[in-house]
Amino acid sequence: MSYHKTSLADRIDWLLIIMYLALTIIGVLCIYSVEHRDTDIGFFIKNKNYVQQFIWFSISIVVGFVIIMMDSKFITTIPFLSYVVGFFFLLLTLTPLGKAVKGSSSFLNLGFFTFQPGETMKLFTALSIAKFLTLQEVNFQTLKHRLMCAGIALVPLVYIMLFQNETGLALVYLSFFIAMYREGLPREIIIVGFSVLILTLATLLINKNILFVLFTVLAILFLYTQRKQLRKRREILILVGAVWFIAVLFSQVLVPFAFKKVLKGYQVQRIYTMLGQEVPDEYTREGVDNKKQNAADYNVSQSKIAIASGGFIGKGFLNGAQTQYNWVPEQRTDFIFCTVGEQFGFLGSSILILIYMSFLLRIVKVAERQRSAFSRIYAYCVAGILFFHLVINVGMTIGLAPVIGIPLPLLSYGGTSLLTFTIMIFILIRLDMDRQMVLR
Amino acid sequence: MADFTQNRSIFIRIFFVAIPVVIILRLLFLQVFDVGGYKEAAINQALYVKKIYPPRGIVYDRDSVVIMNNVVVYDLVVDPRKVRAKFDTTYLCKLLNMPVDEFDKQFKRLINKYGWQTKNLHLFKNLTPSQVAALQENLYEFEGVELIEHSERKFTYDCGGSIMGYINEISDKQLKDEKYAYYEKGDYLGINGLEKYYEEELRGNPGVQYLLRDVKQRIQGPYKNGTMDSSAVPGASLQLYLDAELQKLTESMLANKLGSAVAIDPKTGGILAYANGPTYDPNLLTGADKGKNLVKLNNDATKPMLNRAIQGLYPPGSTFKPLTALVALDEGVITPGYGYACGGGYYGCGRRVGCTHRGGGHAANLGLAVANSCNSYFCHIFRLSIDAPKYGNVHKGLQQWHRYMNDFGLGHPIGIDIPNEKGGNIPDSNYFNSVYNKNWNSCNMSIIGMGQGEVLLTPLQMANSVCIIANKGYYYIPHFVKAVNGDSNHVKLQKYHQKHQVANIADSAYWYVAAGMEAVVRAGTGKIARIPDITVCGKTGTAQNERIIGGKLIKLQNHSMFVAFAPMQDPKIAVAVCIENSGYGATWAGPIASLMIEQYLKDSIVKRKPLVKKMQDAKIIPNYTYILDSIEKRMALEKDMMKNMSKDSVLRLTRIKDSMRRETENAMMAYYFEHKYGIKLKRTR
Repeated sequence: MSYHKTSLADRIDWLLIIMYLALTIIGVLCIYSVEHRDTDIGFFIKNKNYVQQFIWFSISIVVGFVIIMMDSKFITTIPFLSYVVGFFFLLLTLTPLGKAVKGSSSFLNLGFFTFQPGETMKLFTALSIAKFLTLQEVNFQTLKHRLMCAGIALVPLVYIMLFQNETGLALVYLSFFIAMYREGLPREIIIVGFSVLILTLATLLINKNILFVLFTVLAILFLYTQRKQLRKRREILILVGAVWFIAVLFSQVLVPFAFKKVLKGYQVQRIYTMLGQEVPDEYTREGVDNKKQNAADYNVSQSKIAIASGGFIGKGFLNGAQTQYNWVPEQRTDFIFCTVGEQFGFLGSSILILIYMSFLLRIVKVAERQRSAFSRIYAYCVAGILFFHLVINVGMTIGLAPVIGIPLPLLSYGGTSLLTFTIMIFILIRLDMDRQMVLR
Repeated sequence: MADFTQNRSIFIRIFFVAIPVVIILRLLFLQVFDVGGYKEAAINQALYVKKIYPPRGIVYDRDSVVIMNNVVVYDLVVDPRKVRAKFDTTYLCKLLNMPVDEFDKQFKRLINKYGWQTKNLHLFKNLTPSQVAALQENLYEFEGVELIEHSERKFTYDCGGSIMGYINEISDKQLKDEKYAYYEKGDYLGINGLEKYYEEELRGNPGVQYLLRDVKQRIQGPYKNGTMDSSAVPGASLQLYLDAELQKLTESMLANKLGSAVAIDPKTGGILAYANGPTYDPNLLTGADKGKNLVKLNNDATKPMLNRAIQGLYPPGSTFKPLTALVALDEGVITPGYGYACGGGYYGCGRRVGCTHRGGGHAANLGLAVANSCNSYFCHIFRLSIDAPKYGNVHKGLQQWHRYMNDFGLGHPIGIDIPNEKGGNIPDSNYFNSVYNKNWNSCNMSIIGMGQGEVLLTPLQMANSVCIIANKGYYYIPHFVKAVNGDSNHVKLQKYHQKHQVANIADSAYWYVAAGMEAVVRAGTGKIARIPDITVCGKTGTAQNERIIGGKLIKLQNHSMFVAFAPMQDPKIAVAVCIENSGYGATWAGPIASLMIEQYLKDSIVKRKPLVKKMQDAKIIPNYTYILDSIEKRMALEKDMMKNMSKDSVLRLTRIKDSMRRETENAMMAYYFEHKYGIKLKRTR
């Protein structure tokens, strides 16, 4: 085949590599800007997080190089095995090896290093979905196989949600539906699925009167878009009416009833805490102190203050008074975007968002040029994960999304996260190198 | 795969572009349009605006000796809300070296006063250097605790308390007043004395330092490299006319006495010495125990905080006689050779006015009358003045006399450069009209001629009137400050450069009176004031001291008065001394005035050291001072209590109290005074 004649370097998608390097280096510099003090001498200072991140970055480059050198056939053989092993590690967090960090038990202490199995599990799930959908016997048009595919994504989600108390980490697994949608999952299923999810979250997060109006508007909008079919099939009207009725019933009667009469006070508290919200007045009970200062509220307001203070061009590198002096909590990890917002202003943060956007679009472009479905599906999975992380993370720092702690890909401090995303992206690059081949 | 999935790729791309665009739009509103006002919040929380207090102006005496400067002190300031949250009080108290109880007590007291919402609670003021040292090292461990630096006064010469006044933190009441818009909570300002009068000059301009602080309130460095900072401008210095040595001597001689002594340079109006008795250590009103000492001094029965030299109103007694003589000479009703045959009393108006001299010819001319201080003579010539035929009637004559007195700077505040000066009292015809129902004549007031009756002067006015005699007809408003920051033409000093010409009395009249006053010291009642080589002109005074207490006029011990100027030919110093309840003018006030003159003109006192010692050691505070004070305080308290009562009960209480007081209290008081001091109570007029 022709591609054997071209060199290895020619087949690498350098654009992806460049954008990857750009984002990762921005990340190290952001963490540096948080931790740098005028009194510091030199760059490599013990116990500074940016140094550790730099070390992780170096490891990532090595790992990336190894992946590029790997045979792509190896990648197609490991998915299910990796999924099982990954899930095994997830289960291990329940054993004494599990380590509780800030109220969540998602970390695993392996003695020499600590890592978050939930993070790496995303990679394994992506590979498994790609593998599953390309199996000879699988037909994605059948309900059975659709359910099985959804199961691969949803099992880790449910597990992490229930046993690890990490809402953010769990919800990322929903991003696989983007890939499934590309592979032919009916639009309706996506819509219904997201509707149920959004309905649940919305009921908890949004005032029920506003919600009622919202539902009604949505129902009318839907009917308007489907008005051509409506003439042919009257039952759609009944269906929409029923959905609307169920949604209203759910939010207006069932949830309030459950929260007022069925659930105990501390359970209500726990559910809202998990969502990073304060318990609404109507659900507060006597004897339960719900009026504690809400940490998430404080985080978001500090984050918005920091970002807004950057103005149009920002305060300049290492001049971030808000981020440098610990005003924003968790600014090395979940709120790393604030450092960009404050130091480089609207200009810098927009450019960063645009880099991410180009990165996503490049991945989609790469996906669409694959000969093998495995590579394409995998690429969409990666794009979905990155997209979800980007939107939720940046969204929560500017008050558009609820505070569910998930890192900003490649920028946030954290070894597991950086390494996982690196492997994820380099596997994609490796698969892309063999885009003319049919991999199974 | 079917083709329709190609379509979906487009949808996904649109989705991947649309959501980031929403994010960028949100950023636009947040960062560029500042929707939600987060930028201000950022400045508020991370920017710490530190006020740099400038040192207040230094005060120098006439020879540029520093009499008051500053020391840097620290206040412990806390943010109460942070102290409540989590705070290691025990550790802080250990550093402060004080019991936790004391800390809690003070904290609760201030919280009750100011509430939890106050941001800066000045918990402890003027910490000791060891406390400051211990705290400064460990301050970062206490969130919401700051050491605020400000300058506190120090009297380097231990004198001049009643001149300088004191400074204190601005009160909440003042903060609400528009007049004090310049100040912020925690600022210090002059409360009294020069500190108040020259507040705008002394305070300087505070500087501002913009600092960045972290989430634990720790200062991390300057904001924008300090380009927005401004430095503090120290307050302007004041140079006084005061002679520090003379001032110190004067204060020491007024210790344990009620009274006042003022010395003025007649040529400039500059005050050379200014003291009030009883004197107190001026450093009591600086430093940590200022508040406590202030309460103590204010409640003291001897009223050390009363600025007697400008607020004490005294009948001038015989020291007034030179003025009476001047008016009479100017009116032309007497000549210097005019004599009066005094036989030991003045009978011109029926009732006898006593004169201490009996010998014939002791008032044979003006000079002798002044030297011997003949009461009859001055009652007589005062009556002659106001009854002068050229005015037709006594009403007009009195008004003319009143004008003379006004010209002499009497009956109204002269305008010294410290606040709260009183004007004394010079009665006019309106006053007598209201008292005597328009039916009065010169006999009703003849004793004014000898400085008794309705005439009340402050010691400063007495000193100023001596200046007029010394200057032969003019004066400058007495004042302390010679130059502000070296500028003697400062706007606040301009009124002190104006020469005040008094009436149009002929120089010769002044010379005759001065000659009389010279005779007082040479051969008359004030021989004690004699100083070798210096011609001192003086006048003794023994002012009758009567007070109405509980509806009775009580005659208390006389005030000792003395006024003088020297040298006669080229006057350099004019002095007025008043020592309350101490008897004859020549006994106490005379020596003190004389010693002051000697100190000033000769720079030291050589031969009369024992006299100085006698003056310094004498304690002349009669016991009834304390009784009168407690009665006054009780009356004030009762009045205060009655304010809060209903009208009915006030009426009833007043009735009961009146009858009780008349019967018992006054009887007791009369008994007390009669047996202890031999003072008889007499009926009120």
